[in-house]
Amino acid sequence: MTQPQRRIFLKGSLMTALAVTAGSVIGFRPQWADAADWNKDAFTAKKIDEAITALFGTGQMTPSASVKLKAPAQAENSAQVQIQVSTDLPNVEAIAVFVEKNPSPLVAHASFSGAEGFFSARMKMAQTSDVVAVVKSAGKLYTAKQTVKVTVGGCGG
Amino acid sequence: MATDKQTKIRTKIQDGVTDVLVLVSHPMETGLRVDPKTKEKVPAHFIQKVVFMLNGKEVATTDLGTAVAKDPLIGIKLKGAKAGDKLKVTWSDNKGESGSEDHTIGG
Repeated sequence: MTQPQRRIFLKGSLMTALAVTAGSVIGFRPQWADAADWNKDAFTAKKIDEAITALFGTGQMTPSASVKLKAPAQAENSAQVQIQVSTDLPNVEAIAVFVEKNPSPLVAHASFSGAEGFFSARMKMAQTSDVVAVVKSAGKLYTAKQTVKVTVGGCGG
Repeated sequence: MATDKQTKIRTKIQDGVTDVLVLVSHPMETGLRVDPKTKEKVPAHFIQKVVFMLNGKEVATTDLGTAVAKDPLIGIKLKGAKAGDKLKVTWSDNKGESGSEDHTIGG
């Protein structure tokens, strides 16, 4: 009974191949095999507000001193900007980082189920912009932001 | 899918909190960069998901976008992890490539 299954499989893969080719020919979308539950809308949003709403379902945020965003005031290398978000808020469910003026503002979104409210990474920045950290704690959103200066050409500022 | 990309994990326990640093060697192409030789856009190729499992239980998931720098270095903190606990980190990118690394938390 392996034969019919193999047929179906072949057919299926042929269709997928066709769909992918068709997609790239029309220029529909790059042929991303998006990981399951990777929030494509949020990551491809062009405006920071849209990205926040797509990610959390609301744009209601409270600025909070409990959200600590550590980023350089001036980036020496715009392709390697070290950022660190930490918080002493209880029950941290998620941390998200946005760069307002990047082509797609959402940089990363971390969701926690047992880990501390901490996230660090290095990111790319297109130009001088506000970096916004959003922390979701007990269903509410708290935020902090900082401007990171990017000098194109790499000479002083 | 198998991968040739390396995943490295480093952990350190400090005051009951475990610092976890994960380094994946990955190009993280945004899809916006133009190849200087061919003058064509380099297709996007970036990690979308990194999952942290402590002793088989998921503790954190980080979704990454194209803005994360090349060779991502992701840091998180775990509370209550002990020396000898098993940490497993799995990542997957937009081309279906994935990798994982097992790590035993040291003292």
